Amino acid sequence: MAAHLSYGRVNLNILREAARKELREFLDKCAGSKAIVWDEYLTGPFGLIAQYSLLKEHEVEKMFTLKGGRLPAADVKNIIFFVRPRLELMDIIAENVFSEDKMHSPRDFHILFVPRRSMLCEQRLKEQGVLGSFTNIDEYILDLIPYDGDLLSMESESAFRECYLENDQTSLYHTAKGLMTLQALYGTIPQIYGKGECARHVANMMLRMKREFAGSQNQILPVFDTLLLLDRNVDLLTPLATQLTYEGLIDEIYGITNGYVKLPPEKFAQKKQGETGKDLPTEPKKLQLNSAEELYAEIRDKNFNAVGAALSKKAKIISAAFEERHNAKTVGEIKQFVSQLPHMQAARSSLANHTSIAELIKDITSLLYYNKTSCNSLVSASEAFFDNLTVEQEFMTGVDTDKVNTYIEDCIAQKDPLIKILRLVCMQSVCNNGLKQKVLDYYKREILQTYGYEHMLTLNNLEKTGLLKPQTSSRNNYPTIRKTLKLWMEDANEQNPNDISYVYSGYAPLSIRLTQVLARPGWRSIEEVLKMLPGPHFEERQQLPAGLHKKRQQGENRTTLVFFLGGVTYAEIAALRFLSQMEDSGMEYIIATTKLINGTSWIKSLMDRPESQSP
Amino acid sequence: MAFITANWNPLGEAFYRKTELYEMCWNLRDGLRDCLVAAAPYGGPIALLREPHRRSPSSRPQLEIYSASGNSLASFPWKSGPVVQLGWTVNDELLCIQEDGTVLIYDLFGSFKRHFSMGQEVVQSQVLEAKVFHSPYGTGVAIVTGSSRFTLATNIDDLKLRRLPEVPGLQGAPSCWAVLTQDRQTKVLLANGADLFILDNTSCTAVSPPGLSPQVSSIVHMSVSFSYKYLALFTDTGHLWTGSAHLQDKLSEVDTKIRNPPKQMVWCRRPKSQQPSVVLMWDRLLLVAGVCNDIIQFPVEEQCVCVGELDGVRVVSSSRQELLQEVPLVCQEIFKIASMAPGALLLEAHREYEKCSQKADEYLREIKEQSMLGEAVRQCVEAAGHEYDIQTQKTLLRAASFGKCFLTDFSPDSFVATCRELRVLNAVREAGVGLPLTHSQFKQMTVQVLIDRLVYRQFYPLAIEICRYLKTPDYQGVSRVLKHWASCKVQQKDLSDEAIARAVCLKVGDSAGVSYSHIAAKAYECGRTELAIKLLDYEARSGEQVPLLLKMKRSQLALSKAVESGDTDLVYTVVTYLKNEMNRGDFFMTLRNQPVALSLYRQFCKLQEQDTLKDLYNQDDDHQELANYYVTASYREKRLESRLSVLQSAVDEYNKAKNEFAAKATEDEMRLLRFQRKLDDEKGAGLLGLSLQATMEALLALGLHKQAEQLYRDFRVPDKRYWWLKLKSLAEKEEWEELEKFSKSKKSPIGYLPFVEVCMKRHNKHEAKKYVSKVPPEQKVKAHLAVGDLEGAADAAIERRSEAEMGRCLLVAPPPTGC
Repeated sequence: MAAHLSYGRVNLNILREAARKELREFLDKCAGSKAIVWDEYLTGPFGLIAQYSLLKEHEVEKMFTLKGGRLPAADVKNIIFFVRPRLELMDIIAENVFSEDKMHSPRDFHILFVPRRSMLCEQRLKEQGVLGSFTNIDEYILDLIPYDGDLLSMESESAFRECYLENDQTSLYHTAKGLMTLQALYGTIPQIYGKGECARHVANMMLRMKREFAGSQNQILPVFDTLLLLDRNVDLLTPLATQLTYEGLIDEIYGITNGYVKLPPEKFAQKKQGETGKDLPTEPKKLQLNSAEELYAEIRDKNFNAVGAALSKKAKIISAAFEERHNAKTVGEIKQFVSQLPHMQAARSSLANHTSIAELIKDITSLLYYNKTSCNSLVSASEAFFDNLTVEQEFMTGVDTDKVNTYIEDCIAQKDPLIKILRLVCMQSVCNNGLKQKVLDYYKREILQTYGYEHMLTLNNLEKTGLLKPQTSSRNNYPTIRKTLKLWMEDANEQNPNDISYVYSGYAPLSIRLTQVLARPGWRSIEEVLKMLPGPHFEERQQLPAGLHKKRQQGENRTTLVFFLGGVTYAEIAALRFLSQMEDSGMEYIIATTKLINGTSWIKSLMDRPESQSP
Repeated sequence: MAFITANWNPLGEAFYRKTELYEMCWNLRDGLRDCLVAAAPYGGPIALLREPHRRSPSSRPQLEIYSASGNSLASFPWKSGPVVQLGWTVNDELLCIQEDGTVLIYDLFGSFKRHFSMGQEVVQSQVLEAKVFHSPYGTGVAIVTGSSRFTLATNIDDLKLRRLPEVPGLQGAPSCWAVLTQDRQTKVLLANGADLFILDNTSCTAVSPPGLSPQVSSIVHMSVSFSYKYLALFTDTGHLWTGSAHLQDKLSEVDTKIRNPPKQMVWCRRPKSQQPSVVLMWDRLLLVAGVCNDIIQFPVEEQCVCVGELDGVRVVSSSRQELLQEVPLVCQEIFKIASMAPGALLLEAHREYEKCSQKADEYLREIKEQSMLGEAVRQCVEAAGHEYDIQTQKTLLRAASFGKCFLTDFSPDSFVATCRELRVLNAVREAGVGLPLTHSQFKQMTVQVLIDRLVYRQFYPLAIEICRYLKTPDYQGVSRVLKHWASCKVQQKDLSDEAIARAVCLKVGDSAGVSYSHIAAKAYECGRTELAIKLLDYEARSGEQVPLLLKMKRSQLALSKAVESGDTDLVYTVVTYLKNEMNRGDFFMTLRNQPVALSLYRQFCKLQEQDTLKDLYNQDDDHQELANYYVTASYREKRLESRLSVLQSAVDEYNKAKNEFAAKATEDEMRLLRFQRKLDDEKGAGLLGLSLQATMEALLALGLHKQAEQLYRDFRVPDKRYWWLKLKSLAEKEEWEELEKFSKSKKSPIGYLPFVEVCMKRHNKHEAKKYVSKVPPEQKVKAHLAVGDLEGAADAAIERRSEAEMGRCLLVAPPPTGC
């Protein structure tokens, strides 16, 4: 079922298999029937590694969500807790174990820490007096999870917040460890480039770890030629902008979590004759999105404006294929046609799904969708989307970024969602290299007055991470960066792109430009710009054992692993895929990140809600 | 070459030979008489305890340890209790099993390591006999006590004593017994007279070997083969019964014609043995009894000890040591007189070649005609491996090398490997080192174990040379040797810390895989803390340094190392440790010097100990964070007064932090809260906790225009936002007159298009139209469209000559009828 992981340049299925093997080994350690108690956060990421069927094969009979009080009854021999190493979770586990002991069925307890066991947590269990109740305490090193054929994610929600706001580098340690695991499977990566403080830290840890394990030389021919580590705060702008690729828009509007999206069900209702519209499904439609689906792989990275054409082309191909049946005359031909049927039917249902999704998105994005029958709110939704986009593009092109923006003002007055406001204000700040004190204070006051004073802390966080800041020097260097790196392309071709800027209909993501320049002509050509961006840039080489130096075939592409510390957007991924496919790029990219983000989820992770913290 | 077969003795189809390994270096005055002797297999060390039964304090027995070649490793008087049995573990440790059941463990050099007991009850009943055995689980000990009970410990490193069930009718020690490892279980096989029993964990089962002659009245000796597969029983009738250890099959029964029991009885076989045999030893006779009923007899001149090996028997006497083994088939084929085996021919060809005789060619041709040259080379190489004499090895390898020249597609791997391995074997066989390993034994024990053995004997340079020569990966080879060397070095009491640290660093350098923390831990164990700290400095893995540093109470250092490692869990661990060890002031000061640790601790406090968090900020004079802390805290206060007072603290701190904006905003918040409380009290408006905007909205909704107005002024709400608010609120309540009045109160800061749109939202086209005229020209089209006035929109568009806007009108226009 994970075949799509092995189609890419690098067979990421190896990683998945390694992870599955380890999971099986752990499960077999606890002999007999088992129930798993899940830290809810982990179920999504685990779904990418192993389905329930795998667990079932290893005698997992029940699954529960971790919560306080007594464990649900289950006639099993083993209770296994799958948890992140968090103190608060330890307290819950302790509670579970205590209430269990009162009953008389003896069950064995085990803990599996993901991704690493923690002395602190074990200490806490000890203080709670339950440490001795556990037969097995183990760790399941799940750092980088294969997400798609060219994509790895650590699925660590709060990585950006921890690194840039709280100075907690745990996730970076896990990153470094994950990269070591990756190198153990795919060979030492000879070249490491990086930009940013966190990148430097990760590289340092990697080099240190390499020294620590120096004895065990890795004898695998390196699959990756280069590793590029990029701090998210080197490019704060890109995630703030609205992504305009198909996948990006799905994520912006509906949110993709762990490879799944939940969609409003109306458009997916089976239209059968004789059925009235009465029993429309009310459950959201859940779809898995990855390159295993042929059509999706084809259209996910296109600019949304090019998706319609692609879908209708596909529709023609499919109906033509179904028409083939009339040409099938001989028994052999019919047999062949029938053998293709399942595949064709899958293609047809996939087409139907994506046509529905595209319609849903179009309702929201397209200004042209306007007629008397449509209700008013839809009109304003699409208009709002368009206006919002216009303002974003103004900021990105540097129009009036130093003044209070009327659109933002209006949105605040209309009490639009706070996150939308924050995205825009932050964007303006980033594009202006900070806002004038007066402008900044005005925005802040507006936000506090409209959305409540409790957002003081959120604003504070945004300032700490540099997303929002007062202008310190009179020089705004964003225009220089924009011009040097060609961040704005006037004539972005959405249908047949020739530049990565198509993913934002004009704006070329800074992070991807840096990646592109690194491949050719090299960072030396943009030394000045690199100095303007935060954090050091560096290059490290890792010695390969003799005999592992690759002899490159003529025309063979090099492979770069781009690691985004603090998150990456689908549009950025699309841009990198575009670069991989460009014929003359000579480079293929594999993408890794701490978390797949979009502007909304990203800003959300930085918000503080004091009320919700109160006990 | 004829002399090679000189010491061959035929036994059935096969030959047996006795090769001298060493002239023993030791000088034993009384030979091996009156000695308790233990010699470990795989060319292991030999331990002697002279006159173990002497108990007077004036003359204690002497315990001596020798290498297999007889080099003295240790010698000391035995001061502990009477010893019943000596034995060696797989790790070259000496086990001394005492009468009272205590087992003392010594290393090769006679230093005491530890001891354990075989059970309390043994102290009373005493150990009668004991055996040390090896199994896949490690080294085990079995004893039989005065009360005829057996106790087993399968692995002395993971001691679990098992007392086996009673044997019916057994008084005192059995006539003979042995330990068996079968089906992953350790059992005892014992004979009581003619009865044979198998004892396992739970039961005692009587068994009878198939085909044992019935007139036997007692089984007096038994022996299990090296692999636990075969069993040999010696009866009082002088018969030797051999069969499988499962007692399912019988191999043979030989009449030795000697009735008194042998002193020792050992299996002598090799993997793929053609003719396995049992070696029996009496005072004057060594008898090899083949399964084929054939026997060989060797006279014995002095007291000997037989050591069973994987592929033969070592016979140790006070003057020499010999290896008795079946001649390997390949050696037989090559060296057997008049052999026509390809290997033999190749050897002959090479000999002629060296003599520059053309006969070489004839021989070679003969082999090649049978296309057996590859086989010939293989035979020579294999045979070389089995030979102990260096000259013979060389001759064979040269012949192989010669033959190889005439082959095109022969893989040289086995040849090269054998050359290398023989070189290593010859080196360790040297009397100075004294590890008489055969090639088969070496293959079985692996290079790693060989290196270990060398390390135990402190032959560090040789071990390193071998690792380098065999290109063993560093972490298995050189690094491991260096680690042992260093651990040994730090125990040298006569050297200063400085000198040792320097020496260790010089040798170990940054060799991959050598753990300095391991060495340091060793130093610390020996009470050399300073040395340990010096050594830890060289450790590359900061993570490894931390636990030891904590143990040595160098917590500050531990903290900085933990931070260096990047492993936040480690940092947390040290921080928690420090928190418990230090007083609060010192603790905070320590954290202050480690920003990473400090921020982690803050995170911890945020989740677990809010109050500590405040203290932390206080101590650092971090007013900004302190203020934020108060803001957060204010939401936890239920009562307004306390909430306000906490907020006041926030204001104070913001002021101290020179954050005017935040101070002002917080003051505003307090003002708003007070205002809301007042109105709630007066009018029951339910405002508390709403944002300013929401408050004004609520006020307008309640018709409290004056109060809303007041907030608008007091909080300097921008006109635009207030107009929007009021506009929406009035439309919501459909107060159209009020709305019109409001629109005329002054020029709208938000223009008039919003008026149109808001009215339309409430579906009031009539009111909406009122405002269309007020809309500025650039929004006219939009306004007209909003009220559905297509014509007006078109007019406006034409007036503005805007193609885009015209287009927009067209889009909305209904399609012409009939289409």
